[in-house]
Amino acid sequence: MAEAHPVGFQWVMEAKARGATVIHVDPRFSRTSAMADLHVPIRAGSDIAFLGGIINHVLTEEKYFRDYVLAYTNASTIISEDFADTEDLGGVFSGLDRDHRTYDFDAWRYQAGDVGAAAGRRDRPGSGKGGQNGNGQNGDGQNGDGRRRRVRAAARGEAHGSGGAAAHPSPDTDETLQHPRCVFQILKRHFSRYTPEMVEQICGISPENFRRVYEALTSNSGRDRTTALVYSVGWTQHTVGVQYIRTGAILQTLLGNMGRPGGGILALRGHASIQGSTDIPTLFDLLPGYLPMPHVHGNEDLDTYADAESMDNGFWANVRSYMVSLLKAWWGPAATAENDFCFDYLPRLTGSHGTYETVLAQIAGDCSGYFLLGENPAVGSANGRMQRLGMSKLDWLVVRDFSLIESATWWKDGPEIETGEMRTEDIGTEVFFLPAAAHTEKSGSFTNTQRMLQWHHEAVEPAGDARSDLWFAYHLGRIIREKLAAQSGSVPGSSSPAAGEHPDADEMNRPILDLTWDYPLRGPLREPDAEAVLAEVNGWDGDGKPVSSYTQLKDDGSTASGCWIYCGVYADGVNQAARRKPGGEQNWVANEWGWAWPANRRVLYNRASADPEGKPWSDRKALVWWDPEQGKWAGHDIADFIANRPPSYRPPDGAKGVAAISGTDAFIMQADGKAWLFAPAGLADGPMPAHYEPQESPVQNLLYPKQEHNPVRETLRHPGTPYQPSGDEPGSEVFPYVATTYRLTEHHTAGGMSRWLPYLSELQPEFFCEVSPELAAERGLEHMGWATIISARSAIEARVMVTQRMPSLTVQGKRLHQIGLPYHWGRNGLTTGDAANELAHFSLDPNVHIQEVKALAVDIQPGRRPRGPALLDLIRSYHERAGITDETGTEV
Amino acid sequence: MGVRTWIEGWPVYRQLTGPDKLGLGAAAKSGATSRRQPRVAEADNVVKSVCPYCAVGCGQNVYVQDGKVTQIEGDPDSPVSRGRLCPKGSASLQLTTGDARQYQVLYRRPNGTDWEKLGLDQAMDMIADRVLAARRKGWQWEVDGQRTRRTLGFASLGGATLDNEENYLFKKLFTALGAVQIENQARI
Repeated sequence: MAEAHPVGFQWVMEAKARGATVIHVDPRFSRTSAMADLHVPIRAGSDIAFLGGIINHVLTEEKYFRDYVLAYTNASTIISEDFADTEDLGGVFSGLDRDHRTYDFDAWRYQAGDVGAAAGRRDRPGSGKGGQNGNGQNGDGQNGDGRRRRVRAAARGEAHGSGGAAAHPSPDTDETLQHPRCVFQILKRHFSRYTPEMVEQICGISPENFRRVYEALTSNSGRDRTTALVYSVGWTQHTVGVQYIRTGAILQTLLGNMGRPGGGILALRGHASIQGSTDIPTLFDLLPGYLPMPHVHGNEDLDTYADAESMDNGFWANVRSYMVSLLKAWWGPAATAENDFCFDYLPRLTGSHGTYETVLAQIAGDCSGYFLLGENPAVGSANGRMQRLGMSKLDWLVVRDFSLIESATWWKDGPEIETGEMRTEDIGTEVFFLPAAAHTEKSGSFTNTQRMLQWHHEAVEPAGDARSDLWFAYHLGRIIREKLAAQSGSVPGSSSPAAGEHPDADEMNRPILDLTWDYPLRGPLREPDAEAVLAEVNGWDGDGKPVSSYTQLKDDGSTASGCWIYCGVYADGVNQAARRKPGGEQNWVANEWGWAWPANRRVLYNRASADPEGKPWSDRKALVWWDPEQGKWAGHDIADFIANRPPSYRPPDGAKGVAAISGTDAFIMQADGKAWLFAPAGLADGPMPAHYEPQESPVQNLLYPKQEHNPVRETLRHPGTPYQPSGDEPGSEVFPYVATTYRLTEHHTAGGMSRWLPYLSELQPEFFCEVSPELAAERGLEHMGWATIISARSAIEARVMVTQRMPSLTVQGKRLHQIGLPYHWGRNGLTTGDAANELAHFSLDPNVHIQEVKALAVDIQPGRRPRGPALLDLIRSYHERAGITDETGTEV
Repeated sequence: MGVRTWIEGWPVYRQLTGPDKLGLGAAAKSGATSRRQPRVAEADNVVKSVCPYCAVGCGQNVYVQDGKVTQIEGDPDSPVSRGRLCPKGSASLQLTTGDARQYQVLYRRPNGTDWEKLGLDQAMDMIADRVLAARRKGWQWEVDGQRTRRTLGFASLGGATLDNEENYLFKKLFTALGAVQIENQARI
């Protein structure tokens, strides 16, 4: 955190000054470790074993916050008899379909006496109009498994960015927590073998260090104290990334640290608006506000979509209102009740269309055009060679950036030109480079890592051809609409176009011609008014007045909103994101600086900071509370709850939607109002986390010897991205070391905003690798000399830094060496070097399709890498030594 | 200038007679230094902004003079950052006004060996044509007999460095064109 989010780290230092203990768990000693009370070196890729060990300790030693756990979690919920654990099935959960590499999570469902009751169908893809409890109908009643599989492939897990998957709202429970199939007992059995000895053997963490961590955590959690977990992509970039975070969530929930001040799990994100680009998603699987993109199966029309994606209880019951309001924002008067509000204008998914699948589609020739908008995949994405190979097959490429990044110039100076794999004259890709405007040259909002929108104002106009992306998107759309209108003899925004050049053309073009696309333009550059776009994102009611809350949205077409969770950011016609009441003039929550979704609440699920009766668990940790005199929730923050719903409220029988949320359902976006220690739905790879080795690991899975990897990880296949043998497989000894990538303070992601700056380039002038003195001795590496790091994909060279900051560990009785690789570098800019991501493969987390670059198995040798075709010879020789085939590493 | 003023202009005099006996502070300050002002003092206006690097969201004050950005500093009012910026945020002036930035549209024709200059309007028109062609080339009304109404003909990558309003327009436009392969850094 001190390294990559230094200014945020000031608050950790504030806490430390007030007595907080700071623990840093990381393979390498960084600037964060230097400030921490304790640095715990860990083997990259083993965090679930580590956190699972703490969970085991908390459960067996009864260190959990019992009142909190009983009130706010699903610990007492009884799970169906169909469920079988990894302990029973040799490392996999029940429901595994080995042929298709998916889980059917019906086998993990809640037990409910009233089996006839519908549970809501969200994330029950393929169930069509049937419920979770299975009227047994799968939409059209045929090919149900296939449908479920394909829909699940479409990264459905990400639709839970605002609330969980569907589950039975009122399952059977045992408040004594003794029932053998209650979540609490299942959890206990599941983690029972995650012992301190196991942690030592798997993670390389000494029992003494492990004890110091769990004692610090448990002694600082409970009624009077809270502990926060902070993570970044060190947790997400794994084939089990989502389950890493789940493990943290289980631990924090058991300790009563969620929804409370000083608690929580804080994701530190790495781009100014990466949260915003998830909320208003430039992501294939989502529409704004975490509404899933329609899937061919189960989302045939608006009714089936609303039915399939909604839940019976809570705010997700109103999916139809959110969706219709979005359709009205996009298609305005053309969207009517008669035409399903233009639902059919939305393209449908058939599976995963993530960025790595898109690369394969480019290589296959299915995808022939590509926009790069402030992203540099030739450096920042896994396996740069595959990225460039994809781009070399395109008809055209548009790059919008500040400078000539590697993804713009690979056709004349990329690594494949050097190796002779590509020849500039043979590459048919047409490339457009368009200079982008900087943040000082445009107005707009970023959503920061705590979901807070902050407006930045234009200071000056961009010079030359530089333009904002708002300008580019708007004018590209305008020109396209004019061209299509001219073809069809119609006017954009008017009714049906006349006959076109193709029998289907009119129908194909209607969504773009009917689109609302009339933003006010200003200034000589004809820049669209960003506030007008924000107003549309916020939405308006039937009278055209800005809505102030998503509860105002209707499903009859009378309201419009471009992103329902952002309703309120333009309340009263005021740009709430531009609010800047100085922090010194507000309380410590500072609700009047910027605006956070939902409803300007700063701590999610903060109802849990109060006990079931609505009183803070302790005065020290008060955040929100029920004020019986005023009949509403009060506090330092805005309550993440229905403002006037008392703790005593119990839903009447048969209540639906928001009325079904009990006064103690602190986790209001969950189907059952509870924090999930066990996830009965929504995760592709298990209801609880289990330790699996990375796709490529030098060691065998000690916890589940029969199951080395996540059985449902997504292994994309192409000869350009082969996998290595792992664990006990012959050939894995060829890649004996663990490499992990990371950032440095002085550079930013793939370097497009840092490697061209003299100040920053001078501060961190060269790509390097960090190795321990032991590894240096073992391989003959010299400090400040060169090393070549080799995987089955590529070989890169780096300056060697021999340092104890990268300690070697003892794992399963053997010394294990790790190699640290900052990944910022590429061939262009003021400071140049090989890109670490060249080494990475295309094995992905099955929930979110994120690549595993935080734990790779590699070899390292002294000296510079070969030049030209000799580089390919080197990689080929490693393939031969390791016995790599097309099938290596692809087993379940 | 009187004699007294002249004498008091000597650093050594100030050092001997004033509180700065070691001559390391005020006594050693030259007239030229005294007359200096911070760059930001002369700014025509100060524009409120947000750091464009990571997602902490530190506040920035952007100083503008004669239509140019002259300095970018941390905003002390921000409850997030309290005026601080890290090395990257502190380099924002170089990011936005440095000479590494491109201001000219460049074009590489198929099989070409170098960049050529291209007008912005012409580039926009050419890109629009190519989007429409790729869209049609990859168009799919149906897949396995089920309606998809989409194109796999073009893809987009990037968004985490852009504004919410920009992401919104891209998602809206590309979705209306039928594209589904719209992705950004959140996937990485």
